[in-house]
Amino acid sequence: MIHVLLITFIITLFYMAIANRLMTYIKVLALQGVLLFFVVFIQLSEINTLNLVLILLETIVFKSLAVPIFLGYLLKRNNITREAEPFLPNFVSLVITTFIVVITILISNTIKDDNLDKIFFVVALSTLFFGLYLIATRRKIITHVMGYMVIENGVFVLSLAIGNEMPMLVNLGIMLDIFASVLILGIFLNKIGDVFKDVDVDQLSNLKDY
Amino acid sequence: MIGIYLLGALTIAITLFFSRNKLVEYSLVGVFLGLQTIFTVHTCMHNGITELVYFTYDSLGILLLVTLNIVSIPAAIHSYIYIETHKENPQTRAIYLSSFVLILMAISAGYLSNHIAVTWIFTEITTLAASALIYHHRNKLALEGTWKYVFICAISITFIFIGILFLSLSLQHAGSDDLSFKNLLAKSGQLNPIWLRMAFLFIFTGFTAKLGLVPMFTAGIDAKDTAPAPAGALLASVLMNLGFVGIFRFYVVVANTPLLHWAQLVVGSAAFLSLFVATVYMMKVKNIKRMLAYSGIEHMGIVMLGIAAGGIGYYAAVLHIILHAFVKSSLFFQFNQLYRVFQNKSIYHVGNYFKYNPTGAIVLLLGFISTTAMPPSGLFVSEFLIFKSLFDVGQIVLLIAVLLLLTMIIWSFGKNIFKVLFVPAVGFDDSNVEKISPWESVSQFVLLATAVYLGLNPPAIFVQMLQESVSLLPL
Repeated sequence: MIHVLLITFIITLFYMAIANRLMTYIKVLALQGVLLFFVVFIQLSEINTLNLVLILLETIVFKSLAVPIFLGYLLKRNNITREAEPFLPNFVSLVITTFIVVITILISNTIKDDNLDKIFFVVALSTLFFGLYLIATRRKIITHVMGYMVIENGVFVLSLAIGNEMPMLVNLGIMLDIFASVLILGIFLNKIGDVFKDVDVDQLSNLKDY
Repeated sequence: MIGIYLLGALTIAITLFFSRNKLVEYSLVGVFLGLQTIFTVHTCMHNGITELVYFTYDSLGILLLVTLNIVSIPAAIHSYIYIETHKENPQTRAIYLSSFVLILMAISAGYLSNHIAVTWIFTEITTLAASALIYHHRNKLALEGTWKYVFICAISITFIFIGILFLSLSLQHAGSDDLSFKNLLAKSGQLNPIWLRMAFLFIFTGFTAKLGLVPMFTAGIDAKDTAPAPAGALLASVLMNLGFVGIFRFYVVVANTPLLHWAQLVVGSAAFLSLFVATVYMMKVKNIKRMLAYSGIEHMGIVMLGIAAGGIGYYAAVLHIILHAFVKSSLFFQFNQLYRVFQNKSIYHVGNYFKYNPTGAIVLLLGFISTTAMPPSGLFVSEFLIFKSLFDVGQIVLLIAVLLLLTMIIWSFGKNIFKVLFVPAVGFDDSNVEKISPWESVSQFVLLATAVYLGLNPPAIFVQMLQESVSLLPL
């Protein structure tokens, strides 16, 4: 069951690679949050209320409700056009994403480690690289934030792959920090929407050495 | 005590954020500085003590904390001058002072934390606080600088987190899951080398955003350029030291494994590339503030070369980073006065500074001598020791290349600084130039003199603490 969920997760990446509209990206991000919740839920060996609440907060509330709603609000408020405007055609994107997944599978096959769940590792690495790819090839600033969220999801899967428990306090701090950084990114995105006409990366090239 | 300090600083930051009364705000900052000083003294008296599980007062942490304390007082004074001369509105002032307190608190806690994830948390908080400082002017350029800084730092922080995950995977092979530096060091023999390599690469890359080293140095430059000069001084000195602490503490662990040689190679090549990049940019940069920021990259490159070379280089690197914090922050404090005279950051519109503000010009001149590590600057001693360490390990070719790059940096730095000091600016109307009080330069003289004193005639206790802070590294 976990494997089905993880493969669905990979498919969402492919879908993101060829999606045209920004709303689709947001919906896919929300879906990824739900998928992650089920993955964690199935993996839990014992159900402990505090732990469950934390996971719920982190996946459902934060990843699939708060961030997508916030991003949707940013889209509306700043009148961002609905096209994602990639630098590369969708077909090339799809091919590159496939390459990323294939290469991560090859990499993980070379690693022999009992403490590591391989499928988790493949999904985590490909999500990370895909997030970086998304940041590099989209013109709009809001897609950078989405790419950052994809990377965060990848890191989340990676932490599941490793399955190491950090102390509760440290975990809480990490979660709060990630939440705060997304919030800060959103706030400044809003400001960029107020100040500049287009929310494009090309607008941000005024800081120079001379 | 650290609990009281963190709670107190947080309360002060929150109160400042909501306060709109000038007198209350300034006295609160005063209270914070008092608290900071008491805390620093407390850590000095309790060397080696662990408090609140996650904070250990070790020699490196204490040395950098004292540095932070010394830099923070003039930073507060210059922030006051900055706010008063710009007649900031109550809201901007409140946000500035609040994030000023918050960033100092986060950096102090980051210095002292003994658990890599806790260092991570406080590094992230510094990004958040710095973003408010950089966005202070609320114009297009500030927005651009802030966005780039926050975004690159967010990505780098994620990298550090990935590194921490790999590290915990590596640690599982040693049958442990406690990520404190002490435990890592104790288990360093049993760490899995493949995952340790991955962890080191990711953590090193992540912290370079704060330290200002290739590959993630770009964001810091924009940040120091657009932030108000007193805040820029903090970003260019004590915040860089936090990046150093993050890398150094983990490097100590890696250095005690068979990966030492590989880690030296990674750190050394990043350091040399940083020097190269800094040279290229220094040659063409025309914005004085950015020039100072690039000079910071050069110094961090030298520091990391010392770390990579080992031997006496370890000692010199820690010494260099402390002295650099004093020198660079004093230059940033001075920059604000320069800007008030010329209302411009570009070399082309600035000149003949000796005529308008002789005291400030002397600070700039002394600062130039100190930064380029000419005697009697304290940085001369540390740089000399780093070169000696490179010589000791037989890296003659590298040493020659580094010296050539440094010569070019001194040439371009000198060219720009002497233009600022002596050559009149074309078309500059000096009929209503603001008179700068010489008293505003006192703190810079003190900082520069401290750097000379600590470099040339270090007190015994200072030397002892420096040696203690690098004692865990293999010779």
